[in-house]
Amino acid sequence: MLRILGKIQRVGIVTEPLPAADEPALTEIGEQLKAKIGELFGGSLAIREVDAGSCNGCELEIQALNNPWYGIEHYGVHFVASPRHADMLLVTGPVSRHMEEALRRTLAATPEPRLVIAVGACGADGGEFGESYASRGAVANVIPVDAVIRGCPPTPLDLMRGILEAIRVR
Amino acid sequence: MTPNPLFAPFLDHLAQAGLHVESVAVHGLAPTQVLTLPAEEWGRLGQEAKGWGCRWAAGWGEDMGAEMDPQGGKTIRIHACFEKGGAYLLARTTIPRTHPILPSHTPSYPAADRPERHTQDLFGVAFTDHPDARRWTRHQAWKSSEYPLRRDFPAAGHPPAATSADYQYKFLAAQGGGVYEIPVGPVHAGIIEPGHFRFQAVGETVLHLEEHLGYTHKGIEKIAEGRDAQGLARLAGRVSGDSTVAHAWAACMAMERAAELTPPPRATWLRALMCERERVANHLGDIGAIANDVGFAFSFYQFGRLRESWQRASFDAFGHRFMMDRIVPGGVAVDLEPQFMAPLREEVTALRKQVNKLMAMVYDSPSLTNRLLGAGVLAPEQAAALGCMGYVGRASSLDFDVRRNAPYPPYDQLQVKGVLHHTGDVNARMRVRHEEIIASLDLIEALLAGLPGGPVGSEWQAPIAGSEGLGIVEGWRGEIISYARFGDDGRIARFFPRDPSWTTWPALEVLIHDNIVPDFPVCNKSVNGSYSGQDL
Ligand code: SF4
Repeated sequence: MLRILGKIQRVGIVTEPLPAADEPALTEIGEQLKAKIGELFGGSLAIREVDAGSCNGCELEIQALNNPWYGIEHYGVHFVASPRHADMLLVTGPVSRHMEEALRRTLAATPEPRLVIAVGACGADGGEFGESYASRGAVANVIPVDAVIRGCPPTPLDLMRGILEAIRVR
Repeated sequence: MTPNPLFAPFLDHLAQAGLHVESVAVHGLAPTQVLTLPAEEWGRLGQEAKGWGCRWAAGWGEDMGAEMDPQGGKTIRIHACFEKGGAYLLARTTIPRTHPILPSHTPSYPAADRPERHTQDLFGVAFTDHPDARRWTRHQAWKSSEYPLRRDFPAAGHPPAATSADYQYKFLAAQGGGVYEIPVGPVHAGIIEPGHFRFQAVGETVLHLEEHLGYTHKGIEKIAEGRDAQGLARLAGRVSGDSTVAHAWAACMAMERAAELTPPPRATWLRALMCERERVANHLGDIGAIANDVGFAFSFYQFGRLRESWQRASFDAFGHRFMMDRIVPGGVAVDLEPQFMAPLREEVTALRKQVNKLMAMVYDSPSLTNRLLGAGVLAPEQAAALGCMGYVGRASSLDFDVRRNAPYPPYDQLQVKGVLHHTGDVNARMRVRHEEIIASLDLIEALLAGLPGGPVGSEWQAPIAGSEGLGIVEGWRGEIISYARFGDDGRIARFFPRDPSWTTWPALEVLIHDNIVPDFPVCNKSVNGSYSGQDL
């Protein structure tokens, strides 16, 4: 226990400062995100992530938002287990045909008003997988989409920027 | 090419047993021993291979059209890949498309169960004595009378306007006082991939777990057809995003062997450098997540921090946080600039220290280890029966690592430290990861120290139609086997990537037995199968 406390003490808070290239961008985006979430969502934006058929690369970067470098909870963003608690769906694709009904049902379980963001090259337009007997491609082919975050996969910073833009235009 | 001498006694044995096997030389498949035999003897081959102590490593089909039959009859070719003592054997047989039935290997090898059902769903091959003829990969997107990997099935298929949920899959149901069922998924509570788990439980204890996967099936094998080599490398790098380096390497190795092309030494060393970095990144993430699943947030944040800075360094040196699309046919897409040598070396020293310190704390926290010791035990016999590999196998006494047992460049010139544990529990799977991180860090140092100069790629030249190759590498989850065959104009005719997850998903069903339902997340994380890698 003492060693754990010692480690916590020595490492300190790593969330800030960030390496030069990202620092201004992350701080700026983070602060704007926090302000907008304060204004529009009472300080707390609940996101339900749905993997609708991805290669899992996008999931790794969405998970990274919770690591201490990004600490997205600091800005008021929470990933929730149930769509019934969600203000926003982050959907990665391509939407496999085997997941399309599950995706539709997840949307139906998400209360309005809600936002849907398609994540990644695959979520945006099918990416490397496109449309086929097994894939519906873009998320927008299955459910209405409000915003798109491109990249293969989008970096955590891209994701934060995309979430911010999506709530801004809301 | 001479057949692999290691299998000569087995071939003699098969002949004596009355099997009509024929050893064939296929350049791109060497050093794998290739043999063909009549379809009716396929099941016997399984029994003999089992008796000989071979591991059933992979199986796949291919629609050969009229290529194999001088009379113009259409055939399907079935492959089964075995391994023993680091030597590989590829057996194949052909069956007429009009009568596609074949004895099964599953009675001898449980590892063949799902791969054969995948072949059944996608090629319409019936495995006569398969103990479980239920569909596996097919849900509701295509009909039971349609076979997407046959040549006459268009990639676009004939799907319904909207595909319905898969509601009719016949799960095993338990009966008796107090038995209840818990359905979970396909959409899971965390930021993870989709799949369905059906638990039969009594009180808190799991009586039985059945997995229903295939939700992320996106037709990778079908859309591989007709791609050029570069396009296939990109696709292979997306079979399972967390293994992008290893899958791209295996696919490129298969294509290069088919094309009789040897990438320059600097390229293979850089591939290994990226592959070891991928292993370290994933193990760091997993150790943090395993601890988090039993409520040890400290470790989750510490390892998350280490993983993030590791990925950032990958971005700096190779231009992508996961090093996606960095392995290309013939070599690598980016060279390592000299200014990154020192930082990469320093990073290794720093990480080794940090990881060892953190792990000392983990081992020293009884509240944590108490949850991990004895949880989710996979006995060595069970692991061997399922053909497990990677950290799952190595936590259960299975000492196999392609880098050591069937080394490929550059590992043939390097010392790869073996990691082995015997208790088969969550704790052992975590310890294997820890020790593998340290072993990979040693390797990274050796790779940086010995990195040869010269070009990082050879010019790609597409091979003639019919050329085929096998690529076998040790990804972070274990052995990846990739098969590629070229058709006309340097286009891919068949691609099959066998992710290690094919063998570890069934292990999860076994090791969860008699554990409590609340320990499922940590047991699952300790195995961490790829859904996408097995669903294809
Ligand atoms: S966008 Fe890239 S990382 Fe994301 S699911 Fe598609 S292939 Fe994977």
